[in-house]
Amino acid sequence: MPGKVKEIERKPLSLAEKTFLPQIVSGLKVTCANMLRKKVTREYPDVLPPIPPGYRGMPTLVKDPDGREKCVSCQLCEFVCPPKAIRITPGAIPEGSPNAHVEKAPQEFEIDMLRCIYCGMCQEVCPEEAIFLQNKFTLNGLSRQELVFNKERLYEAGGTLQDQHFKWKKKKEAEEHGNAQH
Amino acid sequence: MDWIQLAIEAGFGLAFIIVVMSMAGLTVVAERKFCGFIQGRLGPNRTTIPILGSIPFFGRLITRMGLFQLVADGSKFLFKEEIVPGHVNKFYYNLAPIVALIPPLVPLVVLPFGQMTLADGTIRQLIIANVDIGMLVILAFSSLGVYGTVLAGWAANSKYPFMGGIRASAQMISYELTMGLSILPVFLWANVPGSTEGLSIANIVVFQQTHWFVYLQPLTALLFLVALFAETNRAPFDMAESETDLVGGFHTEYGAFKFGIFFVSEYAHVIVGSGLFVLLFLGGSNFLPMLPNPWPIGIPGAILSTLWFIAKTSALVFFFIWIRWTLPRFRYDQVMNLGWKMLLPVAIANLVFVMVLLAKITPVAAQ
Amino acid sequence: MHEIFFYFLVALTALSSLSVVLGRNPVNGAMSMILALVGTAGLFAMLGSYMLAALQILVYAGAVMVLFVFIIMLIDIPATAAYRHHWGTLVAAILSTLTLGGGLTFLFLAPEFRQSMPEIAGAASNGSGLVFSSQAVAYGAGLMGKYMLLVQVVGILLLVAMIGVIVVSKDLRATNSGKSLPTPPAN
Repeated sequence: MPGKVKEIERKPLSLAEKTFLPQIVSGLKVTCANMLRKKVTREYPDVLPPIPPGYRGMPTLVKDPDGREKCVSCQLCEFVCPPKAIRITPGAIPEGSPNAHVEKAPQEFEIDMLRCIYCGMCQEVCPEEAIFLQNKFTLNGLSRQELVFNKERLYEAGGTLQDQHFKWKKKKEAEEHGNAQH
Repeated sequence: MDWIQLAIEAGFGLAFIIVVMSMAGLTVVAERKFCGFIQGRLGPNRTTIPILGSIPFFGRLITRMGLFQLVADGSKFLFKEEIVPGHVNKFYYNLAPIVALIPPLVPLVVLPFGQMTLADGTIRQLIIANVDIGMLVILAFSSLGVYGTVLAGWAANSKYPFMGGIRASAQMISYELTMGLSILPVFLWANVPGSTEGLSIANIVVFQQTHWFVYLQPLTALLFLVALFAETNRAPFDMAESETDLVGGFHTEYGAFKFGIFFVSEYAHVIVGSGLFVLLFLGGSNFLPMLPNPWPIGIPGAILSTLWFIAKTSALVFFFIWIRWTLPRFRYDQVMNLGWKMLLPVAIANLVFVMVLLAKITPVAAQ
Repeated sequence: MHEIFFYFLVALTALSSLSVVLGRNPVNGAMSMILALVGTAGLFAMLGSYMLAALQILVYAGAVMVLFVFIIMLIDIPATAAYRHHWGTLVAAILSTLTLGGGLTFLFLAPEFRQSMPEIAGAASNGSGLVFSSQAVAYGAGLMGKYMLLVQVVGILLLVAMIGVIVVSKDLRATNSGKSLPTPPAN
């Protein structure tokens, strides 16, 4: 683009600038101020980083406040999981169990944490709000097998979700009061 | 008697080397710490030694200061496998670290590190060899210091170390001139006509009891400081090992303890250079300018003044570190231009100026 | 003790000098030469001439040899470069050796030198050395007083040599012919 280029003359350096000394002094001032400023280092294992809401950490299974496992082994998460990290073996709930009114429960529920990509689709798809990606982000183990989490470990990591839906309990109560469709 | 004298001097020499080497180690830690501080980090603060680290207060303090890191680094260098690459010249490859370490340690014998006031009021400078050519000895051995770098670069038989070696020797030749010329005005000023002190550093220290050269001759001090940075291969003049364009410079092919020796010798250079600057321009072991020395008579005074000298030297070492993490590295041609086209003419002009000034202000000595 | 040091330094100097002359590898030669110069400096120091010793290391081992090494590295002579004998070189070497040897012998046998021997030996044996070679002040005074003319002459010589080097390395002919325009054809 000839004609459109505007050339700007570089200002000649003054004598003080030619010696670099004023610049060096101002540089030293900057670094000195930095030295006295508060450090930005977070001392990680001692001080954990603040975890923002909605963070997608390790996927876990949760129980409801009554201690019932919320998963009904519908296997939606297994189907939706992009890396196929979830493996569910569905099973019936034995008669006489306090949770016998629930349709089903997983016999075994495995998540391979090495395959998991922490996308959160399982959480999104779960109709029972049984699987959650929680805050835990440090996972390690000494073998691949160790990082395939089974049901016990997933519940241990998940804990209890303090929701007040009690879907299945309400359904059972409705049935008992003669209202099959609620 | 002769043997006792010799043993005492050897003992002093050994003590001096121990002090300087441990200071070199501490400087490494200080460098990492202050570099961290300047960049908003904390620097090494985790390494700890099981029993020492669990002493209630000091263990924690030392851990946080990163001093145990020194032990960890040192033992790492010591216990790593000594790899000699197949393409090097074995003899010179092994010789180079030794050649690099000796020159910064030899000039220690002519550095007056303290002063002792005797009972009758006379002041003795504490120095291992009080010769009237002290400055020459320092210049001589500092000029030998480059051989370690050059040999390492040549023996490594690969291109980046070689470039580092070449650069080091060219830089050395260029800045030694400025260094010599910026020392002369100091000695001219301190030696009144008829003096027989010659190039003794102790004499400079004695002269600076009332006034320091750093404000008597600021330009000389600046020239000397710049030349010192170049001679010690410190940033912004660390051409020989500029990581951005030469991988690791002259010690690219070195590892384990041999690299450790190069590393320590660089810091020993810095410490000796700082000590020299303190002696020539910052009054050596004298207290403060225009104040009488408060050192008590006898041994306590000697220890206090020595500690004061070490404190001043440490302050200057800190300045070296501060500069390194502030300024970007020069380009190689800029280093050469600065040395030959700016510093050298200014140094010569400064020398002539001081000569004329001294001829004007000092009364003509008795012919 | 003194003798041990003396013989050590003599052996060091002699062996490294031999290595300079006989070795084929230029870097080995330069390093041996540095060692020889340092050994000589040590001998000076043992004679009490600390000034000369320091200057020897500063000027020769420190500055001149750095340049040597620099140049050896820069032009990178192969270590196995065949050395070709020239009769002229041989004759010149023999002549100069004989001249130097003859001169030194003549000097050592001269009565003046013998007369000054006790003075030199005495100074060396009581550890003080000759004043001229051990004290910076005396050395400087000598340089700037008694030998002023010689210093100036050597200075001029070096200046001329430097100018000569510049002239030779500039290669004036090449630049002239390179820049001259092609001559127009004559009518």
